Amino acid sequence: MSESVIKPRIERPALSQRLAQKMPLLLVPALMLIGLFAMGSGSTWLTLTAAGLAMGMMIFIMASGLTVVFGLMDVINFGHGAFISLGAFAGFTILGLLSAWIESPSVALNLGAVLLAVAFAMLVTGVAGYGFERLIVKPVYGQHLKQILVTMGGLVVIQQLIYVVWGPDEIVLARPTAFQGSFVVFEAAIEKYRVLAIVIGMALFGGMWLVLNKTRVGLLVRAGVQNREMVEALGYPITKLFLLVFMAGCALAGLGGVMWGIYQETITAHMGAEVMISVFIVVIIGGLGSVEGCFIGALLVGLLTNYTGFLVPKLSLISTILLMGVVLMWRPQGLYPVVKAH
Amino acid sequence: MIVKLLSGDLPRSRVLTVLLLIILFGLLFAPFLFPGTRSLDTAARICIFIVLVASYDLLLGYTGVVSFAHTMFFGIGAYGTALALVNMGNTYAALALGTVSGALVAGAFAFVIALFSLRVKAIFFAMMTLAVASAFLVLVSQLSGITGGEDGLSYRIPREMTPAFKLIKEKVLGVRINGKLITYYAVFFSSLCLFLALLRMVNSPFGRVLQAIRENAFRAEAIGYKVVRYRSVATVLSAVLAALAGSLMAVWLRYTGPATTLSMDIMVDILLMVVIGGMGSMYGAVIGVVLFLLTQSYLQNLLGILGENVEHLPLIAGVVSPERWLLWLGILFICSIYWFPKGVTGRLRGV
Repeated sequence: MSESVIKPRIERPALSQRLAQKMPLLLVPALMLIGLFAMGSGSTWLTLTAAGLAMGMMIFIMASGLTVVFGLMDVINFGHGAFISLGAFAGFTILGLLSAWIESPSVALNLGAVLLAVAFAMLVTGVAGYGFERLIVKPVYGQHLKQILVTMGGLVVIQQLIYVVWGPDEIVLARPTAFQGSFVVFEAAIEKYRVLAIVIGMALFGGMWLVLNKTRVGLLVRAGVQNREMVEALGYPITKLFLLVFMAGCALAGLGGVMWGIYQETITAHMGAEVMISVFIVVIIGGLGSVEGCFIGALLVGLLTNYTGFLVPKLSLISTILLMGVVLMWRPQGLYPVVKAH
Repeated sequence: MIVKLLSGDLPRSRVLTVLLLIILFGLLFAPFLFPGTRSLDTAARICIFIVLVASYDLLLGYTGVVSFAHTMFFGIGAYGTALALVNMGNTYAALALGTVSGALVAGAFAFVIALFSLRVKAIFFAMMTLAVASAFLVLVSQLSGITGGEDGLSYRIPREMTPAFKLIKEKVLGVRINGKLITYYAVFFSSLCLFLALLRMVNSPFGRVLQAIRENAFRAEAIGYKVVRYRSVATVLSAVLAALAGSLMAVWLRYTGPATTLSMDIMVDILLMVVIGGMGSMYGAVIGVVLFLLTQSYLQNLLGILGENVEHLPLIAGVVSPERWLLWLGILFICSIYWFPKGVTGRLRGV
């Protein structure tokens, strides 16, 4: 026996190939540039770009859980929107109790109230996610048709339960004092709350990237998305892992719901189902199962919605559908296909 | 003769046969059995929804494809007829032109969506149709110059189809024979023909291939059937039929708006009707529609009575309040997917 160890030889793909893989990263700046030319006014552009990024971040928060859940277990949760609404209602309950905090001009108290609301919302949606996975999703693993139907039924039931608990009317609540109004930068007005949304979204994306790439759980999740059977064969409890990810995804939906609710200042039981349209578009654009793709897709959708909302208001939602069509013609599986869609 | 009309697909259950006959005769003599505008309206709605739900079943139950764009096609048909009647006046030519063009547009739309998304997983198609249908709804609500926006369109239909037109001076069996009655029978017989056509479709060799694809798409492909082609054709056919149902709705209501044709609530209703009635059987659509529309009114009464007895328990009273009927239907829906995947019809047939 020779002493030499046979090393696996992993060929580095050619530069052009690696660049082609990174191409989608250019889409966001490219869209921003097109927006700047179309608008012609720097300050309007800045305002709209900030709005678009904030919206994109919030959509990303809601969509990220959905896409990872899909990647892991091939489960798509059409009831995801219900968790967005549920989170918003749970969070608003806390904000309603802490009305003295959010009305005071102190930034610390405002932020404290928002953080408490977010924590409570994530707790509620996480626990609800546990029940949802056990009762509704688990019996239909691997059966797509039933999954779609049954999660849709779950959506209806949760919406109705929200009516039972919080009543049939929408809830209106003003934003915390410190997050009302806007900063003025280069003659462009940027709403303070949008800055907060961008910060939270960036932090979440960073945190998620760290968890997925630097921790053992993240490694298992990524491995599971690539090849579930192999991870199972190596002895890791993939269903437990999946339950964890599902709960995290629901909690993220809850977080997104609170943020979206504070942004809109009005919440209804249907709000989640309405946002889900953008969420689905984002997930399709990004490629099912991919967090990076989801991030880029969310920013693209957020920016495009705000740009067209200013330029041709009537076409803002259609424009995202068109974007989806264009992306799918370029890459039929989405920007970063992790899971084979066939 | 009857066997031929039903394309050889008999109900295969005594109870089911009796139920179907009751529904058929109930609808046929509805104006005489249940006089009054409201009940006639319910009967017409049942007829139209049977076509709509059955055409959805062609896609969901027979081909195994989940689409959320069915109300969009329904709406395209309704708006086609409505726009023609608004812009060309209340003539039969407008009616025919609107109906045909609505059906053609719906078919073309369905074809484009199918091209884009049917090659990939069922989930992809479901998400795509949901997104497109919602965007369409928003677009229709916003283009108020053409579609009337949220308010929708009101228009006149040919004079012979309005209540003002009297066919016979005297009442027959206490019922006035007026244009409204003529319209009802037009709706009834159109729905019946469309339903029988659907029955013919699913029991043809084409329908068998669809079922094979539903059971095992991979195997169907291996045998030599082009799965994508069959799925696309099924999508287009079901869209065209939904559009025709939409035209019937437009004629019956003399009004077309986003809430009556395009809303996602209707899509959820259709889903509930198909699944509770029984996927993969055209009779399931009939049973589902009747059951749903009856429950909608009677469950509310029942819940009202229940609610009065538990008024002192706030949360429970909330759960059984009459407005929460959809909660109970939703739970029934989930349970029926788990335990009776073939719905009421499947149970009755003892499958």
